Amino acid sequence: MSEQRIKRMKDLPSSHLLGTGTPMCSGCGGLEALHQIYDVLGEKTVFVNAAGCMTLLSVYPFTPFRGSWLYTAMASAPAGAQGVRDALDILLQQGRMQPADDLDVVVLTGDGSAYGMGLSATSAAMDRKLDFLYVCYDNEGYGNTGQQYSSATPHAAITSTSGGHGGYPGYKKDLFSIWAAHRPAYVATVIGSEPLDLARKIEKARDLQGSRMIIALAPCPTGWSYDPKDSVEIGRLAVKTGIWPLKEYIDGEVIHTRVPRERAPVEEYLRLQGRFAHLFTPHKDSAVIGEIQARVDSYWDKVV
Amino acid sequence: MPPQLLTGNAAAAWGARLAAVDYIPAFPITPQTEIIETLGAWLDSGAMPGRMVTLESEHSMLTAAGAAAATGVRVFTATSSQGLLYAMEMLYTVAGWRAPFVLVNVSRGLSAPITLEADHNDVMAARDCGFLQLHCADCQEVLDSVLMAYRLAEDPSIRLPVLVNLDGFYLSFTREPVSVPEMEAVRKFLPPFDPRNIRFAASAPESQAVAVLGGGPYSYFRYEAHLAALNGVAVYEQVATEFNTLFGRQRDAVECYKTADAGIVFYMIGSFATKAREAVDRLREAGLKVGLVRPRLLRPFPAGQVTAAVAGKQGVIVIDQNLSVGQGGILYTELLAALYGRPGAPPVVTSFIGGLGGRDISPEEFYHMVTVTRQAIASGTVPPPRLLYTAGELREIRKLQAIAMVEREDTSPRQGPSRDSDTAREAPRE
Repeated sequence: MSEQRIKRMKDLPSSHLLGTGTPMCSGCGGLEALHQIYDVLGEKTVFVNAAGCMTLLSVYPFTPFRGSWLYTAMASAPAGAQGVRDALDILLQQGRMQPADDLDVVVLTGDGSAYGMGLSATSAAMDRKLDFLYVCYDNEGYGNTGQQYSSATPHAAITSTSGGHGGYPGYKKDLFSIWAAHRPAYVATVIGSEPLDLARKIEKARDLQGSRMIIALAPCPTGWSYDPKDSVEIGRLAVKTGIWPLKEYIDGEVIHTRVPRERAPVEEYLRLQGRFAHLFTPHKDSAVIGEIQARVDSYWDKVV
Repeated sequence: MPPQLLTGNAAAAWGARLAAVDYIPAFPITPQTEIIETLGAWLDSGAMPGRMVTLESEHSMLTAAGAAAATGVRVFTATSSQGLLYAMEMLYTVAGWRAPFVLVNVSRGLSAPITLEADHNDVMAARDCGFLQLHCADCQEVLDSVLMAYRLAEDPSIRLPVLVNLDGFYLSFTREPVSVPEMEAVRKFLPPFDPRNIRFAASAPESQAVAVLGGGPYSYFRYEAHLAALNGVAVYEQVATEFNTLFGRQRDAVECYKTADAGIVFYMIGSFATKAREAVDRLREAGLKVGLVRPRLLRPFPAGQVTAAVAGKQGVIVIDQNLSVGQGGILYTELLAALYGRPGAPPVVTSFIGGLGGRDISPEEFYHMVTVTRQAIASGTVPPPRLLYTAGELREIRKLQAIAMVEREDTSPRQGPSRDSDTAREAPRE
C-alpha cells in the first residue's frame, strides 16, 4: 500500500479524464462523484456496469471513458468483474499479457442494483475476496426509470411509486453495514460535494487489494425534485445534518472521516427537496421531521 | 488408448480437459454436478491446469463466463434445467457480446412440477438466444462435440457461444465405452485459443456491450449475430471433416440412419434417437422400410440438410421431448416451417410428444407411431399431435389422484356441503 498523496484540496487531480457531453441529467450528483473517482483511478481501468442511469454513459459509438467498459446486466456486474479479473490474472500468469496492460476492475452500479437485485452477486464476490472496486452511485431510488422507491429510499420520500400520503413508509437500508459484515478490504461512503474526503478514500481503495466497496450518495435533481444548481449544496447539507455519515471500514473498524461538530437540523436538508415538500406544505409535519431527526441523532449518539 | 467406460458427464469433463480450457465458472445442479466435480478434482490434483470459480448462481456463472471469454481466455461451463433458465438473461447477453465459449447443458425437465429427469424444454427455451446448439446421442459424442464446439465458437466468422446438450440420467449417469483422444492429436484439431482482438488491455481500451439507441443499430447487431450463426452450417461441415480425418468419427450435422430407401423416417434429437435406431432395425426385420433423421446441429438450423434428408419420403414422424404449451412440439413446428413449399416435401408429417420428464419411449411405441403414420399416408388424413402415454400409466396416475383425494378429505376441514370435494373427485376428466 502506497503513501496517501492526496492531503489537501490542491493535491486533487485536475486531469478531468471523464469526457463531457454525456446524457446524464444536469446537476447529477452521481456523475459529479464519478468525475472525481475517475480522476483518481485513471484510465487503466475497466468499468463493469449494471443496468442503471450510467448505462447511458456509453452509447454506441461514444464513451466518455478513456479506459475500458463492459455492460453486463442489472443483477450480475460483480460476477462480470469476477470473469474479467480472473481472465486478466490467467493471461498475466501465462505470460500472454504484459503487466503494464493489467487493469483495475471497477464495478459501477446504481442503488437499485447494489441494494437489491445485485446484492447476492456482490455478497458472493466479497466472499470470494474478489480484487475489485465497487462504486455505487446511490440516488435513493430506481432513477433511470423515473424514481420509483428502492430499498435505498429514505423514510417519507415521495417517489413515483410512493406518492401517497406520507411518502415512502420504509427506511433506507444500511448497505454500508451489510457490506462491512462481509469483512472486505475496504468500505467507504463518499459524496461528490466533499471532494477531498472522496479522493482520499478512492486513493486508499485504489491501493488496497481485495474487495473495495464505495457508496456515493448521489443527489438527483430529477428524482429528488430540486433545482440542479442546488446539487452541491444538498450534498453538503447531507453531511452537515449527519444524514449521510462519511465513514470507512478498514481492518475490522469503522472510522468516521467527517464528524459534523454541530449538526445542522435535518429540516435544512429536507426543505430543499420536492420529494419532502409534503413535510412542509400545507402544514409542517413536525412528527415525521422529528422522527427523522431522532434517528439521525440516535445514530450519532453511538458514534461520538 | 483403449476406450474407457465413462458417463456422459465424465465425457463432457474430458472434453473440457482436452480443450485445455483456462477458466471454469461453475455452479452445482443435478444432473450436471459430476462435470464440475470431475474438473475440480483434476484441477486440485494438478492433472489439468486452469482455474475454477464457483459462483453464487447460474446467472452470475454465465456473466463470469462471458466476461472472461470477452477478456480473451478459453472458458468452459455447464448447467442444467432451472439453472439454464435462471441464467436466461445472460444467455442472450453473452451471445450479444459475441463471447466465444462452450456451455454444456445436461437436459432436465422444467418446474413445475419440479423434477430431476430429462426432457428438452430447458434447451429449447434457449434456442433463440444466439448460442449455437449441438445435441448428443451418446457419451462419445459428448466428448467429440465439446471439442468441435470450441472450433465453432472461436471461428472468426462465427464468434458465438456454443451449447452442447446431453440428456440427464440417460447420458449423464450412463457409462459407455468412450475413446479419449491423445492431447497431441487434440492440439492439432483445436490449437490454443487465439482471441485476436477480443480483449481488455490497458494499451488497447475497449468498450464492449455498450447500449444502442433506436432500432437501427439494434437490428444491425442482432442480425449480424444471426448471419454469424448461419455461417456455422458451412464451418460445421469443415470442422466435422477435419475431425473425421483426425479421429475417424464422422459427425454429420444431420445424422441419417438407413434413410436412403426409407419411406418413413423418424425425426428427433438426443439420446432417445439410439432407441429409434434400434426400432428402425426391428421394423426393417419386419419388412418396413423405416429410417432415422437426427439433427446434431440445431442452431444454426441446417435447413438444407434436413429438407434433403426427408425429401421424397412418404411420411415423417416427429418426436418432440419438449412441449410448447398451447402450441405443441417445437421440432415439429420448425420442421414444417423448413419443408413448406419445398419440392419433395413429404405429404405426411405426424407429431408425437414423448419422453417428458424422463419418461421412456418403448419399442412398441416406435412401432405404434409407424402404424399411425402408415394409416395417415394411406388415408391422406394426418392425425392431430398426440402424447405418448399408455393405459398403464393412466391407471397409475389415477391411483395417485385417488390417494391425493383421500388425503385431502382426511386433512382438510370440510367447508359446508360436500360440493367442493365432489367436484374435485370428478376432475380431471378423461
